Amino acid sequence: MKVLVPVKRVIDYNVKARVKPDQSGVDLANVKMSMNPFDEISVEEAVRLKEAGTATEVVVVSIGPQQCQETLRTALAMGADRGILIKTDDKVEPLAVAKLLKAVVAEESPELVILGKQAIDDDSNQTGQMLAALLDWPQGTFANEVKVDGGKANVTREIDGGLQTVALDLPAIVTTDLRLNEPRYASLPNIMKAKKKPIDMKEIGDYGVDVAPRLTTVKVTEPPVREAGEIVEDVPTLVSKLKAKGAL
Amino acid sequence: MAVLVFADHDNASLGDATHKTVTAATKFGGDVDVLVAGKGCGAVAEAAAKISGVRKVLVAESDALENALAEAVEALVVPLMDGYDAFFAPATTTGKNVAPRIAAKLDVMQLSDIIGVESADTFVRPIYAGNAIETVSTSDAKKIVTVRGTAFDAAEEGGSAAVETVDAAAGNGKSAFVSQEIVQSDRPELTSAKIIVSGGRALGSEEDFNKYMTPLADKLGAGIGASRAAVDAGYAPNDYQVGQTGKIVAPELYIAIGISGAIQHLAGMKDSKIIVAINKDEEAPIFQVADYGLVADLFTAVPELTDAL
Repeated sequence: MKVLVPVKRVIDYNVKARVKPDQSGVDLANVKMSMNPFDEISVEEAVRLKEAGTATEVVVVSIGPQQCQETLRTALAMGADRGILIKTDDKVEPLAVAKLLKAVVAEESPELVILGKQAIDDDSNQTGQMLAALLDWPQGTFANEVKVDGGKANVTREIDGGLQTVALDLPAIVTTDLRLNEPRYASLPNIMKAKKKPIDMKEIGDYGVDVAPRLTTVKVTEPPVREAGEIVEDVPTLVSKLKAKGAL
Repeated sequence: MAVLVFADHDNASLGDATHKTVTAATKFGGDVDVLVAGKGCGAVAEAAAKISGVRKVLVAESDALENALAEAVEALVVPLMDGYDAFFAPATTTGKNVAPRIAAKLDVMQLSDIIGVESADTFVRPIYAGNAIETVSTSDAKKIVTVRGTAFDAAEEGGSAAVETVDAAAGNGKSAFVSQEIVQSDRPELTSAKIIVSGGRALGSEEDFNKYMTPLADKLGAGIGASRAAVDAGYAPNDYQVGQTGKIVAPELYIAIGISGAIQHLAGMKDSKIIVAINKDEEAPIFQVADYGLVADLFTAVPELTDAL
């Protein structure tokens, strides 16, 4: 079974995004970039499926600028077998990403595509579901546990109120939530090995897909700033302050 | 213009997120219809019909819809959208699961987790864990939107809309419901609670999480939340998680206990009206957003607070 894992290069999760003074967007110049944390969980899950003998090959794909090669190398160092970089310097919206991934699926014929549930830059939480719709595949979103067996994937999902398990016929789409696994750190030998693994260089034009943006950013502003309040001495002071405010 | 609102419910009762989504849909404009997809959900449809400003309620029932399987909801909604200009779903886990599937089938780019409606094609939404607010317009003819509940007031009761049955489409049959574990609780839902007490990794164990958080929550009639670190460590169940990718909350009072205040946690609670932080590390970032900070050991401060109430 082949597993496809799309990975996105995003602002590092420890970095606080700063809005540009001209309100055109977020300033990403000289900001540390990393693999989207949910995508790391996806890579980890795919590699574990391979280690368990369930998956035979793990292919990672990224869409974005040349530097996405580094993101792909990280995934290869974690244990993925090969990469595909679809190069573009333009912003690609989730619907367009889903269309490109559909074309990649047509070429690669994976039985499982594992995606992060959400990218921590645009916080859209759309691509996996959109890809599932375009392929007319079943989806198991916000996965907490994935079991692949006998042509089916049993996916336990984190939902409001608890957990839900669904059985999906393969091929299927899974999107990962935080508690699916804890991604490994790549070891130095594996980082060295990853340098020799192949990355196929592609252009958006190779896929004949309409990626024209549908959205226009009008402006990007700072959220209202919350002022730090006061440090109170002790519990009785806290209680009396809260009572005075009518909060208790 | 007409908007189809996707109801949040558990087949027995209608979720408050529906009322908030109706408010957002009303701001968008036009007629507002509510779709109740489920099974044995007649009471939910009755409740939806009472929301003020609703024109009519559509009810579709089937086994696959009982558990809101995305494939079945897509098959139901996509043909219905011939008669609507927009689809508004609450940004609950169900809404997030189904809306992009519908959007892709309609070849529409979805707008997720909106906090404002500027006009019929322009919306406001947080990005980068709420560290930036984007105003964005769409060129798509139909709008597919998920709505962040904390940003909109609940629509009031007082309507008397007609209830209509629609056929449930079969779906692609490639998915099936297996089981569900729902945490039973008499506590208020996090997303609509007036007061939330939220615990972090400093609580140290599941046992202490319950021992210290539960009595305080009981005294206050509060919902209980947790940081990602506490959930990852197994101190609290996953649906307690407040944050960028967990629940977004905005209660009147949020008491953060032993929570350091990572960007991702702040993203989920910084719109709370009053924030209290109890943490022994005076450098903890949570104090930068707290109205009242108490630098103290939670294992003494929390029981003292519980007794003082």
